[in-house]
Amino acid sequence: MTSPRDGTDNPIVSVRDVRRDYPVGAERVHALQGVSLDVARGDYVAIVGPSGCGKSTLLNLIGAIDQPTSGSVTIAGRHVESMTDREATQFRLLNIGFVFQRFYLLPILSAVENVALPMAEAKVPKDERVKRASELLEYVGLGARLRHRPSELSGGEQQRVAIARALANRPSLLLADEPTGELDARTGTEIIRLFQRLNEDGTTLVVVTHDEDLASAARHKIHMRDGRVVES
Amino acid sequence: MRGALAQASLIRHRARTGLAVLGVAIAAAMLLDMVMLATGMRESFRELLLSRGFQLRLAPKGTLPFDTDATIPGVSAIIATLRTNPAIGDISPVLGASIHVLRSGRDVSGSAIGINPVVQGDYELVSGRDLKNADDIVLNDFMWRQLGARFGDTVTVALGYDPQTRTYSGQRRLVLVGLVRFIYGANDQPGAAVRRETLESMGTAGASAGRVLRDRASLFMVRVRNGNDAEQVRNWIEARIPSVSAISIATAIAQVDERLSYFRQLALILGAVSLFVGFLLVTTLVTVSVNERAGEIAVMRAIGVSRSHVVQQIVIEGVAITLLGAVLGLGLGLVTARYLNTILSAFPGLPMAIDFFLFQPRAAWSALGLLVVSGIGAGIYPAWRAASLPIAESLRREAIA
Repeated sequence: MTSPRDGTDNPIVSVRDVRRDYPVGAERVHALQGVSLDVARGDYVAIVGPSGCGKSTLLNLIGAIDQPTSGSVTIAGRHVESMTDREATQFRLLNIGFVFQRFYLLPILSAVENVALPMAEAKVPKDERVKRASELLEYVGLGARLRHRPSELSGGEQQRVAIARALANRPSLLLADEPTGELDARTGTEIIRLFQRLNEDGTTLVVVTHDEDLASAARHKIHMRDGRVVES
Repeated sequence: MRGALAQASLIRHRARTGLAVLGVAIAAAMLLDMVMLATGMRESFRELLLSRGFQLRLAPKGTLPFDTDATIPGVSAIIATLRTNPAIGDISPVLGASIHVLRSGRDVSGSAIGINPVVQGDYELVSGRDLKNADDIVLNDFMWRQLGARFGDTVTVALGYDPQTRTYSGQRRLVLVGLVRFIYGANDQPGAAVRRETLESMGTAGASAGRVLRDRASLFMVRVRNGNDAEQVRNWIEARIPSVSAISIATAIAQVDERLSYFRQLALILGAVSLFVGFLLVTTLVTVSVNERAGEIAVMRAIGVSRSHVVQQIVIEGVAITLLGAVLGLGLGLVTARYLNTILSAFPGLPMAIDFFLFQPRAAWSALGLLVVSGIGAGIYPAWRAASLPIAESLRREAIA
C-alpha cells in the first residue's frame, strides 16, 4: 500500500478486497482474488508481475472500464462498482487518462486531432481544444508533428501522442498498460523520462509493466502473482 | 466530429467503400426502376386518357372502348340527351370499323375510325390537312408506307371482303389528304380516319356484308365543363342512357389497375428484394468494419467517448454509403429505365404514347426515402454491436491478438 504524498488521508485510488472473475469457455477464471491497495494523489505506482497475474484486470477496474465481481473500487471518492455505463463513461472522460501498449491512435486523424478527440467529446470549444492539443504535443516534444498522421510517426512518437491525448481533459489519474511494450530501448527510455516529468508536474500515475526500467522509475512498486498483491 | 470520423473511416478503405456504394447503387437503380415500372404504366395511361381533355368515355354497355365490335345505336338521340346536361361540353362520337385500302393493286387492311374532325380527340395531324370533305381520308405512317401513298392520291376503301366471291363490300373512293399520328393506336398497325358520316355511308352500302353503321358509334368521348364533377356527370349519363357504360378516367384507371395488378405486384416484389439486398450489403460491410475496429472502438469508449456517439458514427457510415449509392443509383436507374422503355415500347400492339417507366419525382423521393430508412436500419445492428462491446474484454482480446 502506498502513502499519500499530499499530506491528506484521502487516496485517489482505493481498492478493497476486490475479486474479478470472468468466463473463458466453460471455465471461470479468477483474475483477481481479494486485492486491496491505495494510491495517493501525486504518486507514481508501477504494478509488476508475471503475465496473467491480473495486472491489466486491476488497471481496468481502477480505470472504470470494468466492474469488480465483488469488493469496492473508489477513484477520487467515486465508487466504480455502482456507476452506470453513462456515469462511468463521463467519469473516465473527465478524470482518467489512458495510455495503451499499442497506442490506439485513430489512423485517419492527425496528431492534433487525436489529442483533441477527448476534448471534443467533453464539448470544449474548437479553438480552445486545438490550442490545448498543440500545447500538449509541444509538452511531449512533438510540436513539429501536429499535422502528421499516426502512419507518419515512429512508435515512440505515436506513444507520445497517446500520452498527450490521455492528458487532454486534465485527468486526476493517468493509467498506462505496458506503455513501453512496443518500443525499442531508446524510445522506451524517452517515455520513461516523460512519465517522470509528468509525475513531477503533479500527475498521479499508475503503470502496469514488465519493463524493469519503467518499474524502477516509479515511486512505488506493487508486485502481483496469481491475482493477488504479494508485495507493495 | 462524428460525421468527420465516419467519413474518415469510410475513406480508410476506399476500395471496399467504393464497391459497397456501387452495390447499393445497383440495388437503388433496380428499386427506382421497379417503382417507376409499378406506377409508370398507370400514370402514363392516365396522362394518355387526359391528353385531349375528354374525361368520360361511353362504350356499349358492359364493354371497354374498342374491346369488341359492338356499337351503340341511336347516336343522334344520345347526343340530344347529353346536350340537356349543361355540365357536358364537347361530345365526340367515334365509329370504328375494319377496312381494306386498295391502291395500285395493293390491299392493305387495317382499322379505321369515323369521327367529327371539329371535336375529335383521337389523332394529331403530322402533315397534309385534316378531314374537310366527305371523300377525305387520313392515314397513319404505317399504312401510308404500306400503300406507298402520296398526298392527293385517290384510293378505294372497302368495309368488307368476301374470299368466296372475291368481292369487296361497302366500297368508296377517297382522297388521301393527311398523315396523322393516332394517340391511342399502335405505331405498328395500319390505321385510318374518315368523317363519321363517310363510314356510316359505307356501312349502308355494305349492309349486305353484315354491318349496319348508320347512326351508330363505337364510342363517345365527352368533355366535362370546368368546375363540374366528372363522376357526377358519369352517374347522370348511366342513369339516363342505359345502352352505354360511362367510363371516367378514375374508372378506366381502376380497370387498368386491375388488369396490371400482377405486373405491379411483381415489380413491387422485385423492388423489395433490391431494397433488402442493399440493406444486407450495407449491414454486412458496416458489421465487418466494426469487427475490424473492435479495439479502436473499445479505446474510444475507454477514453470517454459515449455509447450514443459510437452508435451515431456507425449509423452515419451506413447512411453515407446508402446515400452515395442512392444518388449514383438514381442516375443509373434513369438510364436503365430509358433503355428498357425503348425496348418495351416497341412491343407490338401498344399505343405509342404509353411509357412503361415513367419518372415521377414523388416516386423517386419515395425510393430515396426507403433507401435512407434502410441505410439507417442497416447501421443499427453493427452500431448496436459496437456500442455493446465490453471495453475490458475487447482490449484483452486485442492484446492477445
